[in-house]
Amino acid sequence: MDVFAELLVLTLAAGTPLVYAALGELVTEKSGVLNLGVEGMMLVGAVASFAVAAKSGNPWFGVAAGIGAGAALSLVFAVLTLSLMANQVATGLALSLFGIGLSAFVGLDYVSVVIEGIQPLGIATLAGLPIVGKIVFGHNPLVYLSLLLFAAIHGFLYRTRPGLALRAIGESPQSAHAIGYPVVRIRYLAVLFGGACSGLAGAYLAVAYTPLWVEGMTAGRGWIALALVVFATWRPWRVLAGAYLFGGVTLATFQAQAGGVAVPSQLLSMLPYVATIVVLAVISRDATAIRLNAPASLGRPFHPDG
Amino acid sequence: MRYRLEPRPAPSRAAGWLSPFIAVAATMLIGFALFTALGKDPWQAFHVFFVKPVETRYGVGELLLKAGPLMLCAVGLASGYRANVWNIGAEGQLTMGAICGGGLALLFHDSTSLLLLPAMIVAGALGGMAWAAIPALLRTRFNANEILVSLMLVYVATYTLSLLVHGPWRDPEGFNFPQSKMFEPAALLPNLLEETRLNVGFLIALAAIAAGWVFMAKSLVGFQMRVAGLAPAAANYAGISATRTIWLGMLIGGACAGVAGVGEAAGPVGQLQPSISPGYGFAAIIVAFVGRLHPLGILCASLLMSLLYLGGESAQMELALPSAVTGLFQGTLLFFLLASDVFINFRLRAARVPAAGG
Repeated sequence: MDVFAELLVLTLAAGTPLVYAALGELVTEKSGVLNLGVEGMMLVGAVASFAVAAKSGNPWFGVAAGIGAGAALSLVFAVLTLSLMANQVATGLALSLFGIGLSAFVGLDYVSVVIEGIQPLGIATLAGLPIVGKIVFGHNPLVYLSLLLFAAIHGFLYRTRPGLALRAIGESPQSAHAIGYPVVRIRYLAVLFGGACSGLAGAYLAVAYTPLWVEGMTAGRGWIALALVVFATWRPWRVLAGAYLFGGVTLATFQAQAGGVAVPSQLLSMLPYVATIVVLAVISRDATAIRLNAPASLGRPFHPDG
Repeated sequence: MRYRLEPRPAPSRAAGWLSPFIAVAATMLIGFALFTALGKDPWQAFHVFFVKPVETRYGVGELLLKAGPLMLCAVGLASGYRANVWNIGAEGQLTMGAICGGGLALLFHDSTSLLLLPAMIVAGALGGMAWAAIPALLRTRFNANEILVSLMLVYVATYTLSLLVHGPWRDPEGFNFPQSKMFEPAALLPNLLEETRLNVGFLIALAAIAAGWVFMAKSLVGFQMRVAGLAPAAANYAGISATRTIWLGMLIGGACAGVAGVGEAAGPVGQLQPSISPGYGFAAIIVAFVGRLHPLGILCASLLMSLLYLGGESAQMELALPSAVTGLFQGTLLFFLLASDVFINFRLRAARVPAAGG
């Protein structure tokens, strides 16, 4: 049972960056905006958090910086696509390419710096309880925070009026505009929220999961998060489940490599990407389900004058 | 006085042509600010970045050498983008092209046949096409998003190449480095210009530009693909097959990227190693947009992008600036381009704010 508890803790830890990034993107997409820049925002969030954590000595300042950096980068996306009506696909790609370049540039000074990361909760006595102790109390604080965020987003989207407005805007911005909702302003907020979450996902990687900075350290997790939103057919519960499933796959490849399985490491490293492709194809096969669940205005620009 | 954007009755062609120039100028301004902020003399930095690399004959050769793969990838991507087929995995298709073409060179390592090089180029094109066929198939049969699939395949291709050069294709006499044997002369692209590294791959790239222009501007299929991109409903009504458009868009992109990959392996690299391209496949996305998805525009944009690569290297050596500054400029350029593109469909109008407090 102890092994089981250990694996569960590790799976949650591996899935958490995907939870943050995919939940943020979910909110953005629910408002009808497709931001393909998740990978770039995660990287910038990671480097910003690491740099601030290294300079200040406090990883929590780093987390705040990561959130801010992700949101700042998403603001660029928001201005381009929402105010200047630029193509969302192209702008999102630009954001990712820019983020990769910017983080590599900023991160050069931090490549072999060591910092004190955020440790798992130190409720020693409680975590020491048999079985339950580790499963309930043994996680990193940012893992708990991601579950709180999930509950908050789920509640917001389906239990509150602003959440309803957000979803309405994603389905039909014209109608929402006609009944007086500030479409562009709400979309701005949704994009900024998504950026902040991506930044937090990057910060989690750089100051909690593996407290170090490596160029391109997100290793495609931003793109996997985008795919997760599609797998989940835009539903928060399934985003959560999918994120942990992929956390498990990533973990399995690490474990297999560490355990000296007689398979070339490259084949194991490919596994999460191949799995993403396969699951994406299987889920998308049902075109009707995708069409019914995807926000109807996803990716389309909106201008009040038509 | 406030300004607001007002939709134009028809897209402005002039704004479309002007926007890349505005974007380049704005990127230069940002560069000026960045160099100043880093405590460098901006004029000297500009000289090092944009003039110094092409002052010599060798430098000009390098400029064209790097522009070749960018041109090839971008012209292939552009034919897809015009049809709203978003292939962003050119980097993976390039890698797969290098694997297939380079694999052939290793298989017939001692051959001196004149046919080897053409066969490698064909193999590279086929490898790139095969890699691009996966997102095309998954998109047309399973409705899977081609952006995500083609991107995931970049990682898979990179790991495949790494697997091969760490394992079966590793040079037994290579001191355990993850590299294949060096290719023999029969498997290398002949030199084009003395005292430079420029090879005939550049001519292939120019031919692709010409072919791309004929295809996009003069052929019926090219026209149909443009219609499919601009007005999917109209294309559907006119009986233009969406499936065929997706397949063509992906395969053309894959073939071009695959040839670019062979060009690298059989050109400046001369062997297979874990990293075949410094991100040409991704930079080509920017080249395609800055070149307005037009072959001639792509020709110019690829030269500019190549200069950015060289400038980054030169700035690293002369000014101790990190070469990552190249990636930063590439992204900034695309941002400014997308921003100035707003004036194609909108114009800025001064709007009178109604008197407040009514």
